[in-house]
Amino acid sequence: MNTFDVAAIKADFPILQRCFNGRKIVYLDSAASSQRPEAVLDAMDTYYRTTHANVHRGVYAIAEEATRLFEEARHAYGRFVGAPDPAHEVVFTKNATEAVNLVAGTWGRANLGPGDHIVLTEMEHHANLVPWLMLSEQKGFSIRYIPVDRSGWLDLSDIDALLDGAKLLGVTLVSNVLGTLNPVAELAALAHAQGALVLADGAQFVPHMATSVTALGCDFLVATGHKMLGPTGIGMLWARRALLEEMPPFLGGGEMIRDVRLDGFTPNEVPWKFEAGTPPIAEAVGLAAALSYLEGLGMDAVRAHEIALTGYAMDALQHAYGDEIVLFGPDGPSNRGGVLSFAFKDLHPHDISQVLDAEGVCIRAGHHCAKPLMRKLDVSATARASFYVYNDEQDVEALVKALGKADELFGIG
Amino acid sequence: MAGLEDLYREIILDHYRNPRNRGELPVPPAHRTEGFNPLCGDEIVVYLSVTDGIVEDLRIGGQGCSISQSSASMMSAAVKGKTTAEARRTIATFKSMMSIHESTLDTSAGLASDPEIPEGVSSEDSGLDEDPSDELRPPSEAELTALGDLAALQGVVKFPVRIKCATLSWNTLAQGLDEIATSA
Repeated sequence: MNTFDVAAIKADFPILQRCFNGRKIVYLDSAASSQRPEAVLDAMDTYYRTTHANVHRGVYAIAEEATRLFEEARHAYGRFVGAPDPAHEVVFTKNATEAVNLVAGTWGRANLGPGDHIVLTEMEHHANLVPWLMLSEQKGFSIRYIPVDRSGWLDLSDIDALLDGAKLLGVTLVSNVLGTLNPVAELAALAHAQGALVLADGAQFVPHMATSVTALGCDFLVATGHKMLGPTGIGMLWARRALLEEMPPFLGGGEMIRDVRLDGFTPNEVPWKFEAGTPPIAEAVGLAAALSYLEGLGMDAVRAHEIALTGYAMDALQHAYGDEIVLFGPDGPSNRGGVLSFAFKDLHPHDISQVLDAEGVCIRAGHHCAKPLMRKLDVSATARASFYVYNDEQDVEALVKALGKADELFGIG
Repeated sequence: MAGLEDLYREIILDHYRNPRNRGELPVPPAHRTEGFNPLCGDEIVVYLSVTDGIVEDLRIGGQGCSISQSSASMMSAAVKGKTTAEARRTIATFKSMMSIHESTLDTSAGLASDPEIPEGVSSEDSGLDEDPSDELRPPSEAELTALGDLAALQGVVKFPVRIKCATLSWNTLAQGLDEIATSA
């Protein structure tokens, strides 16, 4: 797609101009955290330099301006994910993990108990496992898991039995290890037929393709700002307004209340009911700038670029190393996000990553906060390259070449 | 900036490619101790056969990166046939080679030591009558010489995230020796 000018995009990201050993950094770890364009950095800097004040409080000009920017960011994210009521259905949290904890700690605490069960998948990130494991210890409900098959897809052969009577289905839209693009719309229809709500983990999805909560059919969607060109310290929960209104508050404090007496309190309206204390204001401003940047590129173009580059990388790695490289996850780049986990010969991922670092190539090595999935794959760790809007074929070539260096250093025969 | 050659010395690569004392011992009579690095998922299993205060045999199992595997291999060669007191002294010297930097770097990076990783012997439970601050001083030239091949792992301290790879097997050995001492 020629409309997607990666060289121009790369030039927007100051950190990608940084050199190590005389070479520009090759950043292939956006699934862990993306980088930020000038536009985001400028928006946050300008906000702090010209506008900062606490939100929803002051009646002076900069406080009103800060409040407006903050609420506009909420609205912008709501529109970005196709929320029916964007001004009232987005809750800002610290990150996606906190957004899941919010759902578990409010909706889950109020609705789950002994005899109940929820359904998760074996490919969930710890963020969508541990909050439910913690709550199940306290509330005594059980958790069933949709298994992952050998090709990296969810095994749906027992899905009806798993979902029978379930209260919630929690599923990632894109696996952060396998890249698998899960059929969440179909799963949501099945779950709803059983009366279950659906929580979709969009951390690896929302940054990479056009998102519509109504098309996905989910009831909760979590995502995080720092994986979509925005700052760290801001996560997003979307939920239907009626659902948010039924849920008890999460953290207690200022901002989330309408009235406080010595013998009780009245919570604020949604979404502020879930935002105790001073929220991430500059981060919201940065997020809004990131959303504008992505919308400027066009999310369909972002996705097309990702499919093309992932396909290019899969071909290049297999062409260079054949059977010596194992790519985890489904075949076909359109079945996956821009995440490529691999095993290379019998080299340990940490050793691969270390040698790649010396070549200026940044990839992730480890369990990717998905230890149950690692056990299923029968590996202790994988190496993972992940792509975003600023990556191009040259970055992939650098990866392929650097793997050759690792092979040279550790090669046994 | 530290180069890869500081980390991957030839002797380290040799132990990685040809690990010494790899395998298992029947339990019992041998003692089995597992160690995990929760950050990367590496695991080490140390099988210890101790008779009359002598490490008669040991074997290393588990999986990990070149640094953790080669460190375990060198460790096995260094302590096999030694008395448990000598083994503990070697552990203390090796840990001091790593931990002076580890503690400095951990503080500067704001990283707390991980409770899931068994900590090495302190002077108190190692039975050594050394000054408690001893672990914080760098090893002497003589001590480094005594470490032999193990001194090759010195370069690891230039790569802070890899220090725990190098110390994993040593912490596991220390834990195993403690468990044997306690159960005796």
